Amino acid sequence: MIRKIITLFLIIIPINSYALIEIDITRGNLDPLPVAVSPLSIDEKSRKSFEKALEKKNIGEEISSIVENNLRTSGLFNPLSKEAFLQAPDIANLKPRFEDWNLIKAQALITGKVNYVDDKLRVEFRLWDVLAAKEMMALAFTTVPSNWRRVGHIISDKVYERLTGEKGYFDTRIIYVAEEGLKTQRIKKLAIMDQDGFNNKFLTLGNELVLTPRFNPTSQMVTYLSYFKNMPRVYLLDIETGTQEVVGDFPGMTFAPRFSPDGKKIIMSFAKDGKSDIYTMDLVNRIVERITNHPSIDTSPSYSPDGKYITFNSDRSGYQQIYIMKSDGSDVKRISFGNGLYGTPVWSPRGDLIAFTKLHKGKFYIGVMRTDGKGERLLTENYYQEAPSWSPNGRVLIFYRETKTNDKGEGFTAKLWSIDLTGYNERQIKTPTDASDPSWSSLLSN
Amino acid sequence: MILSKIFKNILIVLTASLVLSACATKKEIATDIEGSMQGDVYTGTDTVEYLAEGVPDRVFFATNESILTTASRETLRAQAAWMRKNSSINVVLEGHADERGTREYNLALGERRANAAKDYLMTYGISSDRITVLSYGKERPVDSGSNPLSWSKNRRSVTVKAN
Repeated sequence: MIRKIITLFLIIIPINSYALIEIDITRGNLDPLPVAVSPLSIDEKSRKSFEKALEKKNIGEEISSIVENNLRTSGLFNPLSKEAFLQAPDIANLKPRFEDWNLIKAQALITGKVNYVDDKLRVEFRLWDVLAAKEMMALAFTTVPSNWRRVGHIISDKVYERLTGEKGYFDTRIIYVAEEGLKTQRIKKLAIMDQDGFNNKFLTLGNELVLTPRFNPTSQMVTYLSYFKNMPRVYLLDIETGTQEVVGDFPGMTFAPRFSPDGKKIIMSFAKDGKSDIYTMDLVNRIVERITNHPSIDTSPSYSPDGKYITFNSDRSGYQQIYIMKSDGSDVKRISFGNGLYGTPVWSPRGDLIAFTKLHKGKFYIGVMRTDGKGERLLTENYYQEAPSWSPNGRVLIFYRETKTNDKGEGFTAKLWSIDLTGYNERQIKTPTDASDPSWSSLLSN
Repeated sequence: MILSKIFKNILIVLTASLVLSACATKKEIATDIEGSMQGDVYTGTDTVEYLAEGVPDRVFFATNESILTTASRETLRAQAAWMRKNSSINVVLEGHADERGTREYNLALGERRANAAKDYLMTYGISSDRITVLSYGKERPVDSGSNPLSWSKNRRSVTVKAN
């Protein structure tokens, strides 16, 4: 559905300009950049055509509010109130009166225009440096009208990239497990939504227990654990076609699946006779390889972005700890040595960090450490939380959090949360039902 | 999933506070809870069902452990005797963990617990062909509470008739 439906033409209008605005995203941003997101202007004829096609009164305003919301939730930007804007959207897009924008303390300005051209949505937008009175970027693209939300996300990514120097993460989706019902008889379904919580869709009906979905970094495939016919096995699901298949032919439970960075292998655990070991299956030639062979529990494997190493969870020391090894299973090294138990290691897409869940003195933490185990930083503490998943640019972690029940066993909830690598900007991600096991997709465009 | 040391401390605090409150109010609740956990292994009968008279269907485990207690071995011997008498019955051993651990590790731990029960049944003459192991990790608690007693009831391997 994704990469294909969008006939998206990015036409870069050539410009030469120098960024004077810079955002340092490596530290907690206590002083987000004031930015004015002027509504995308739209002529009356186009407005009416889109109103008919999309049932949205003013698609220009809708798209700009997606941009505004993305920039705000990133924690790095402070979109200013539109009520303070002095200049009309259409005129601002032609030539901003920088004094006016300066007056309301905007440092960056986003303007643009939407047209209805041959049943298509054509959007152009510009990013302006208000203080330097200069255009920083101008882009135009054309797509089918139903892609309008993605247009908002792509604009957000372009702005984020231009101002921070790093790729954005807005044109992405989250796959997760939607939960309902009593804690003792939870009904779980696979669900998928845009990164901002829109376009939520359930992918399974809830007839069988499903757990731990993960995106293929290179395609619209998902791997997950299903209890279909009461046989917990790793499955592969194509979310474009809906077809699914069991991964491999194992005489017992397979679980904890993840893709290799090139998307060609699945790495997972296979449990037998009280031991769990790590295996891979090549999705092309179907060859299964055993990676670990130890009487302990070896699980939650995750590849380094270059595919040369694997981090995993093992209790071979007696308790759950984090290990790394070469991708052929050699050179196993324990890297977690702090107080407490460590689980769910996930290698950052940037390669330098491993995110994890830690249990210490009855509290659960989401944290990161370097790949040699040094430099542990705990980002958030709670009654229960686990399973961090990285944004594709490695700047944000999404995870799930469960609440403690009361004396009667009531009040259980499970929700998705995100937090910046800096430990700032913690926020709940709204889902229609309770939710767990989130996995962040790669950027859909770019 | 908690270090058992930590857990014991929690338990001691819990027991102490229960004893204290028991002085003022209901003595029987305190004895009840004390009487239904040993270490942090559940010893009560609250959730236990019976495969036949005198044959409890489940055994309980300490935090993070898959070692069978004396009581668990007794239960499993009764199950083995019952299975020997009813040679056409096959069973599924469903292994479970409490909610205080990461999902994937708990799936493995549930499998390890059910296998501990399976091994014991096999020692007492039950063929492995008659036993299927199924781990639910922390997905199917019997008690939805967020306290050490509830967790102790959830750390279990349950023997279920498969036919």
